Amino acid sequence: MIHHIEVFTKDKYVDAHGCEILHDIAQLGIESVKSVHAIRVFLVEGDLNEGQITKIAQELLADPVTEGYNIGSTELAEDKTNLTQIEVYLQPGVTDPVATSAMMAIADMGITVDSLRTGRKYLFEGELTEGQKETIASRILANDCIEEVIYGGEEEPPSPHLNPYKLNLITTHICGLSDDELMELSKKMDMFLNLAEMKTIQEHYQKMGREPRDIELEMIAQTWSEHCVHKTFRGEIETTTIDANGKEVGKEIMNNLLKSTIAKATFELDKDWCISVFEDNAGVVEFDDEYAVCIKVETHNHPSAIEPYGGAATGIGGCIRDPMGTGLGAKPIANTDVFCFAAPDKKLEELPAGVLHPRRVMKGVVGGVRDYGNRMGIPTVNGAVLFDDRYMGNPLVFCGNIGIMPKDKCFGDAQEGNYIVVFGGKTGRDGIHGATFSSGEMTHEHEDLFSHAVQIGNAITEKKALDVMLQARDEELYVAITDCGAGGLSSAVGEMGEKLGAIVDLDKVQLKYDGLNYTEIWISEAQERMVVSVPPEKLDRLMELFESENVNATVIGTFGNNGQLELRYEGTTVGELDMKFLHDGLPKYTRKAVWQEKALTEPIIEEKEDYTDILTSILGDYNVASKEWVIRQYDHEVQGGSAIKPLVGIENDGPGDAAVVRPRIEKDQAIAISSGICPQFSDIDPYWMAMAAIDEAVRNVVSVGGRPDRICILDNFCWGNCDKADRLAGLVRAGKGCYDAAMAYETPFVSGKDSLNNEFQTDNGQTINIPGTLLVTAMTLVDDVNKCVTMDLKNDGNVIILVGQTKDELGGSFYYKLNGQLGANVPKVDLKAGPANAKAVADAIAKGLVRSCHDLSEGGLAVALAEMAFAGGLGVEADIDAVVTDMDRADKIIFSESCSRYLLEVKPENVSGIMEALSGIKVAEIGKVNNSGKVVFNYKGKKVIDANNVSLKDAWQKPLAW
Amino acid sequence: MANVKVLVLRTAGTNCDMETCHAFELAGATTERVHVNEMIKNPAMLKEYQVLALPGGFSYGDDIAAGRILANQLLNHFSNEVKEFIASDKLVLGICNGFQVLVKTGLLPGTNVDCGNAIQQATITWNDNGKFEDRWVYLEPGTENCVFVEKGKRIYLPIAHGEGKVCFANDEIFNAVKDNGQVTYRYVDADGNFGGFPVNPNGSTDHIAGICDPTGRVMGLMPHPERFVHKTHHPRWTRDNVEIADGLSVFTNAVGYFE
Repeated sequence: MIHHIEVFTKDKYVDAHGCEILHDIAQLGIESVKSVHAIRVFLVEGDLNEGQITKIAQELLADPVTEGYNIGSTELAEDKTNLTQIEVYLQPGVTDPVATSAMMAIADMGITVDSLRTGRKYLFEGELTEGQKETIASRILANDCIEEVIYGGEEEPPSPHLNPYKLNLITTHICGLSDDELMELSKKMDMFLNLAEMKTIQEHYQKMGREPRDIELEMIAQTWSEHCVHKTFRGEIETTTIDANGKEVGKEIMNNLLKSTIAKATFELDKDWCISVFEDNAGVVEFDDEYAVCIKVETHNHPSAIEPYGGAATGIGGCIRDPMGTGLGAKPIANTDVFCFAAPDKKLEELPAGVLHPRRVMKGVVGGVRDYGNRMGIPTVNGAVLFDDRYMGNPLVFCGNIGIMPKDKCFGDAQEGNYIVVFGGKTGRDGIHGATFSSGEMTHEHEDLFSHAVQIGNAITEKKALDVMLQARDEELYVAITDCGAGGLSSAVGEMGEKLGAIVDLDKVQLKYDGLNYTEIWISEAQERMVVSVPPEKLDRLMELFESENVNATVIGTFGNNGQLELRYEGTTVGELDMKFLHDGLPKYTRKAVWQEKALTEPIIEEKEDYTDILTSILGDYNVASKEWVIRQYDHEVQGGSAIKPLVGIENDGPGDAAVVRPRIEKDQAIAISSGICPQFSDIDPYWMAMAAIDEAVRNVVSVGGRPDRICILDNFCWGNCDKADRLAGLVRAGKGCYDAAMAYETPFVSGKDSLNNEFQTDNGQTINIPGTLLVTAMTLVDDVNKCVTMDLKNDGNVIILVGQTKDELGGSFYYKLNGQLGANVPKVDLKAGPANAKAVADAIAKGLVRSCHDLSEGGLAVALAEMAFAGGLGVEADIDAVVTDMDRADKIIFSESCSRYLLEVKPENVSGIMEALSGIKVAEIGKVNNSGKVVFNYKGKKVIDANNVSLKDAWQKPLAW
Repeated sequence: MANVKVLVLRTAGTNCDMETCHAFELAGATTERVHVNEMIKNPAMLKEYQVLALPGGFSYGDDIAAGRILANQLLNHFSNEVKEFIASDKLVLGICNGFQVLVKTGLLPGTNVDCGNAIQQATITWNDNGKFEDRWVYLEPGTENCVFVEKGKRIYLPIAHGEGKVCFANDEIFNAVKDNGQVTYRYVDADGNFGGFPVNPNGSTDHIAGICDPTGRVMGLMPHPERFVHKTHHPRWTRDNVEIADGLSVFTNAVGYFE
């Protein structure tokens, strides 16, 4: 029998969940709802007496102080009219972690139950139309990928029971198919493969004289997907350059974009502190004599577009598993997260069909990263949030993680005869086709078609797995490890056994629920799973260790020696693949790129006498505005390593340039982490965009006291559909920018991951392409955290020094954007001055000559100095006549976004010392700190900005103070 | 110095165990991280230690309610051992999630007010603003009766929680807690004044951030003292002269109790 228990908040206490929903309903423009009651529902199945049910409700499920409970469904009070009831339950088969915990707790109480399910029930007071009910349910309460909605309590909650799977071997007909039929097959099976690839597969099977089984085709499609193999970056690209007059001015063939640009810089720089680059799940560099640190940043865009909370949570969850699956396993110590959204103030009617509201996307994404990162106990220390309406259908979610590991644990290799052990989460139907799905373009129908591609995360499962993994690593119980990411077991075992081959018994894999067929088991992207290669003599101890902390672990097969992969189900062979064909069989193809030089011009903007309003407006731009609402939701101090926090200054709310974290809490040596991202320059030229992004990432770590000679960087390209020649040409140019800047700064790329096909097809056939976006993440060493600096002004009387040259480079700037213009003069990194400036600033900081330092980025000098002032609660007066520049207009000088510039605050007695330290670079003393609480800029004897801190800070804080 | 041994209890989702060990070690203790399964198997092991610490984190993912499942384990598997531990003049410290656990076991506030069938006399519930937040707060000591509290010293520590609002089952319990000197810390501003958000970051009853039991040897605290044991933990160490790491006193007082 099923016992129904409902838990509700007593009237005296705030129903936090209900209040949040009420708030969200108001955001949707529905004003008739007066109150929302959120009720937790527990469906307990078992032979229980009344006393036992009461005990469960009273002692376990309901809080005796703040909550009440009902056994049986709550009756709707008769005196309340206009009451709407909506219930939300998980769909059959979806993991329900609360239910698992509750079952365990009930067992601890000495009571046995057969099953338990949870649900949520909402009571709305106020008049609602049927349409409004559906809007509330679909936009706020439930996600129809994983949940079912019941209106008015008339239906029974969905049954959790599924039927077991009976083996049914499926063979797909491919031999002899025509080209059209091959493409049809690719489409029908969601393989996202092109004709050349399909023909290669056909040929392979024709040669073998048999038809492929479905599991083999699925595995090939996954291994060959853009997501897994990065065809665009590894293929041949022929680029034609056409000038603004339409004349062809150049042709160039590049064999492998990755090897010709990004990886090339790394190999040419050949730094001895790079331990493992582009080889493993994360890039590994030296930290100190005993330890190494590794870093990885991934994207999780498509899933986050469909299900922002779950997509982002599994994005960070998956990225955390990269350091865990690097070498013999690293301990995660910090997260970094960067997001791109459309403006959050869009009206519902402005949204194309199939697109979630950007505000909902943002809240969901932040919530997902928050809950996963916080629960894992990993501080989220660095990030950025950008806004551009072209991210409407394609929000970008970059998740990064840094780990630490002993130096002798940086490499692992699977061995013949070793057991293949899966541990962590169980396997379910979630996330199927994630890898191929994310390799395609988004359309307005994706939400329906690819709901199965959304994974469901459970941070505690991953934390448990991590806790045991580190013990097993230190006891040397396995010789290789990797995570199950895109492609699931198929990809993890496929990669580990690439040279060995393997035999896998799919029926041995632990399932979340019945009913999965052998292919689903093999390609499922269910989360929180790791795979290890275990020597037979270590198996017993390993299994004992896993069991001691209730972590699932199963032997699913063994690694072989013949390079063949054999997949079995209950003893029957269901798939056989040659590892060599799988990994090397992908045909190379040539893509054509066309770079069309643009006829851009500089705008004519009338000069004004005062730019206070413009400064205030730029500070209030969503891109520049305070992200405190986001940052505070992340635990950025757990693990106790925090040394420079993301929020700094007299009121702990100024915008820090980079985070500094001690990987070893007992040591003074640390790492600094920052981001550089400037898609606004892509619209002019992705080459300079990429350079600016690297320059920005370098500036940020240098500004807090990071070493410029130990910076490693990561690239994450998010681009449009690179089958289109113009998109691809932009990507090639960005790649070249990466190479040039990385060589000049001597910053090797150590890892990266790209996401292509970020385009959205609306229902009326329009294509929205995102701006070419490159996230550069930088990590460097800090020799002594006690010497770090922050960006907030410190003391009255100190001197302000501007490092770097300010040029007529306002193309893509916020000043031009505010005037509705793009411009032509994109900031161009000076590859001599840029690294020299960084080194000089770093030296000055190391010598203790700098009280505060801030880099100049969006909004240029004006924004940077204003931020320093209000973060420090001090005034500042600057004479911009002193700025090193060729320009003679105040607006251009204060809003130019030229790269490689820094503002330093220096004690008067240190000015001569610092000028000496900065000799040979462009530098100017431009002002003084004061106690006025005002930000004043003078030019040619006149005030061009005269603002007070309070109003500037208010403008900066307000837009995202949700 | 006496060799003070601290048992840091961990389970699925515990995540402040390492830095809690570090803080106790800085204070001169030796520490051991022990998984709850080990404790359930051999509750007698507790006898070997002087301090039981329940660190922060999300034990069992806050499923059902923060701290509920671990509290249920403690109650059903080793409550006698913990009670004996407390009775034998030893110390228990619960930080953040650990505080939530101690309240849900009824060990805190543990007044002698009868509250019928319920084990719990208080609870820690959702912040008034309904959000998880990481921010620094000032704390004014509210008692001279607690081993962990540095008498008369206002301290500055970070919070990182979504459920930190302390509520009592009834006024009688609340009054008993106040009268017995069981309020260890209250949220105040830099000058020691009470205030609304963000001074009191979660809307806690009577601005309460931490309480102890009537013996003064069991304390629960929502803010994280283990996150301010180095100068550079302070959010403004680059601008103010930070000399003392405030959080350390909680641990040195605990260790000092056994000297």
